Amino acid sequence: MINWGALGLVGLVSLAVGVIVVVLVATALVGLSARELAEGETDVSPDGGASATIDGTPPVGLATGPAMSEGAGTAVAAVCLLAVVAIVIYGLSLIIFHH
Amino acid sequence: MDITVIVIVVIVTALAFDFTNGFHDTANAMATSIATGALKPRTAVIIAGALNLVGAFLSIQVAKTISSGLVDETKITPVVIFAGLCGAIVWNLVTWLLGLPSSSSHALFGGLIGATWVAAGADAVKFGGVLTKVLLPALLSPLVAGVIALIATYLGYRIASRGRDATVKTGFRYGQVLSASMVALAHGTNDAQKTMGVITLTLIVAGLLPPDAGPPFWVILSAGLSIALGTYLGGWRIIQTLGKRVSEIQTPQGFAAETASAAVILTSANLGFALSTTQVATGSIFGAGAGRRLASVQWGVAGQMALAWLLTLPAAAAVGAVASWVASTGTVGTIIVALVLIALAGGIYALSRRRPVTADNVNDVPAPATVGAAA
Repeated sequence: MINWGALGLVGLVSLAVGVIVVVLVATALVGLSARELAEGETDVSPDGGASATIDGTPPVGLATGPAMSEGAGTAVAAVCLLAVVAIVIYGLSLIIFHH
Repeated sequence: MDITVIVIVVIVTALAFDFTNGFHDTANAMATSIATGALKPRTAVIIAGALNLVGAFLSIQVAKTISSGLVDETKITPVVIFAGLCGAIVWNLVTWLLGLPSSSSHALFGGLIGATWVAAGADAVKFGGVLTKVLLPALLSPLVAGVIALIATYLGYRIASRGRDATVKTGFRYGQVLSASMVALAHGTNDAQKTMGVITLTLIVAGLLPPDAGPPFWVILSAGLSIALGTYLGGWRIIQTLGKRVSEIQTPQGFAAETASAAVILTSANLGFALSTTQVATGSIFGAGAGRRLASVQWGVAGQMALAWLLTLPAAAAVGAVASWVASTGTVGTIIVALVLIALAGGIYALSRRRPVTADNVNDVPAPATVGAAA
């Protein structure tokens, strides 16, 4: 007999964890961008235009960074990364200690 | 043939299958990290190999599924298991030669089913278990992984577009190292258990373990070491296919794909579903490709892979069935099967040397054409 409940659980948990982790990391990187911008790092060239991307690939983010204060950016990044670490540790502990 | 001898032969063959499983599936964890440059090829396979070994010790749920859920262990012999393994190994080697990321798991299941069917009849195959624990997860898992990777990639790009480009790319590159490591761990957790399950099944069939027994420690250790060694050697042909021929992968996509794969594989392993890590990883990579820009995905390559996936179970079953029929004639038949397997493996390796793909040239592939803007 097909255990649809278990299959559904796999799908839902995987969806939630996979998407949330990526969203948290992306948000943390936006926060870190604000922090680095406040520290004087910029991708804007002296003539005011955006410089080339770091690896020659199409840009993912902005050349200048987000409109967020350094403190807020640091706090956002810390909270998001801690949440990711907590999710990963909890998931691994379920697998290791459940059996 | 003495039962002890054939049990040893089966264990050695199972570990050989585990080895092919390792190098066939290195791509699952490391293809996108190598393609984006997040990890150097040699570093990637060292990390993957070590974490596969660690992963082998994390859970035995899947091993129990293999050893008690697919065939009636009271109706088969170790020779049948040997024949099934031969079918799986042959299919793994052929698809490796072609650079196709087909499922080692389905090759194993197909080989076992074909060999069992010939040796003990269709009644000895637990088709209910095959459907619910193998086929259904096999159909759903790449779709689920693809959808997760697609959503995660889309959201990841949307959010990261507000960050500083250099920070975002560097961050995702570091993230990829961790997410790829998680997939390698998940692969060890899921795939090493399949060999553990086969060896455990052999020991049960031979009367050396009670029915429903779990794998002994030495089985877990040897299976973990075997898959780790195979992973370390790296299946560069398949790494090239997944990393460079599906889509031009960027670090956010690689991170999203690997995170989706790890989430699906670890959640499934925890509940005892013996899904194909290859299909999950492939589904994730296609989903991540589509999440950034739809036209950048090489759907023709997807078609080739889908065909290989469809053929895997019946093809391995056919080889397993033939091997089982020949081996059933007695000791001479078993030796013939073993010799043919060794000759085929040697021939396939020799063919692979005509166009070697190594750590040095794995990324030397023209990027797939891309159109449109980032999501």
